[in-house]
Amino acid sequence: MKRKSQNIINKFYSVSAVLLLLVVWQLVCSFSIVPEFMLPSPAKVVQAFINDFGLLMSHSVTSLMEAGIGLALGVLIGFIAAVLMDHYDWLYKGLYPLIVLTQTIPTVAIAPLLVLWLGYEMAPKVVLIIIVTFFPIAVGVLNGFRSADKDTIHLLRSMGAGKVQIFWHVKFPSALGAFFSSLRISISYSIVGAVIAEWLGGTSGLGVYMTRVRKSFAFDKMFAVIFLISFLSLLLMALIAVLQKKCMPWEQVKKEEE
Amino acid sequence: MAELFTKNVTKKFDGKTIIQDISIEVHEKELVCLLGVSGAGKTTLFNVISGLLTPEEGSIYLNGTEITGEAGHISYMLQKDLLLPYKTMVDNIALPLIIKGEKKKRAREKASSYFKEFGLEGTQMKYPNQLSGGMRQRAALLRTYLFANHDGKEENGIALLDEPFSALDTITKSAIHQWYLDVMEKIHLSTIFITHDIDEAILLSDRIYLLTGKPGRITDEIIIEEPKPRRKDFNLTEEFLAYKKKIIEKLGTI
Repeated sequence: MKRKSQNIINKFYSVSAVLLLLVVWQLVCSFSIVPEFMLPSPAKVVQAFINDFGLLMSHSVTSLMEAGIGLALGVLIGFIAAVLMDHYDWLYKGLYPLIVLTQTIPTVAIAPLLVLWLGYEMAPKVVLIIIVTFFPIAVGVLNGFRSADKDTIHLLRSMGAGKVQIFWHVKFPSALGAFFSSLRISISYSIVGAVIAEWLGGTSGLGVYMTRVRKSFAFDKMFAVIFLISFLSLLLMALIAVLQKKCMPWEQVKKEEE
Repeated sequence: MAELFTKNVTKKFDGKTIIQDISIEVHEKELVCLLGVSGAGKTTLFNVISGLLTPEEGSIYLNGTEITGEAGHISYMLQKDLLLPYKTMVDNIALPLIIKGEKKKRAREKASSYFKEFGLEGTQMKYPNQLSGGMRQRAALLRTYLFANHDGKEENGIALLDEPFSALDTITKSAIHQWYLDVMEKIHLSTIFITHDIDEAILLSDRIYLLTGKPGRITDEIIIEEPKPRRKDFNLTEEFLAYKKKIIEKLGTI
């Protein structure tokens, strides 16, 4: 009960902060402190969002599809890389620095190259998303495997368990928490990755829409699409949180008195 | 013939001898205790017997078959209860059966059928963090027992218990001691348990090996003649004190 009311109070603070920001923003615009064409008022942004709703949704579908495919492949590759690196030490020693290296290359810098190599269709976008999403998964899951309790592994070995059984009964469940934390990072990267890739070319997607409205100086629409992107990311992250609760029910139970 | 015996077992780490020339035996339904100070190599000996480690010298026999360095024959309960937090109690208990290749459904049924006897009735679908320390320890013991007797041949269950009750508070501990003796009367299980608690050693065992020194050797063997089931106030009797005195003297002279 106490925890619940505490939760409501915490939410109250964050909601009021957002509301306050909106009020200040509206006032700044209403009193023309910043010229309208540079900073449209929140009301204008909402108006733009409503007017372009259909268009925004159809672009969202493209971006979400790219993000979905890229993320699914990125997670799969990241997970397999983690399993292999956990199993073969030589692979870990060889591959790990390379994986870290891929993360030091700026996304914006390789995106044009990918477009050059793979064209204006979905392929370069998906590849870019794979590059940005597989890393958190590979590193997070690998750490999860490594954090598995050594004594528990000994116990299973004493029961005669083989490597595969130890993986399924100990390592995999031990890495689930780390996996979901990484997934939350990866899913927001996937949306951002899709948008960045779309900036550089394409016929549809939120990034394409963004480039168009920027070129026509429609800043109200620009803000509308920015908010839509962050809203989508938040929504997907919330979805992951729900999924995590479903997949890890033991985290939910509290210790009972005997 | 002894069920389990070790013959002149020596184990070294980086050239340093941890345990030397250990020969012990455990008979049918016997509760054997390995008593010694910290660092005498008790856990190392268990790791060797369970097959997690291979000794430099000596061998381990179970019912006449050599099992030196082979895991999966002897049930081993490590110091912590090591219940897997992400599995329900029934899946935790069924784990050794599943590892041995039994079907999940069958393993669960079999595991579940022992819950009552081990005082765990109704906890099947709970998670370990919902249970008290005493219950978790009983659950770990049940899992150990099921592993030892998984193939249904009741006579060959052997379990190693590494300080099974050391994490519990004194009151819970004395309750679980009584429960342990009761349950051991009912089930077919031979055990070797490690402790550094002299009272616990006398209270719970038929025979005590003293493991002392560096490297650790078996320096004495004490038989507890007190018949079983033991009197509830055995630990307050003259005989108990006499055993305790004897053990303290023997530990002191080394």
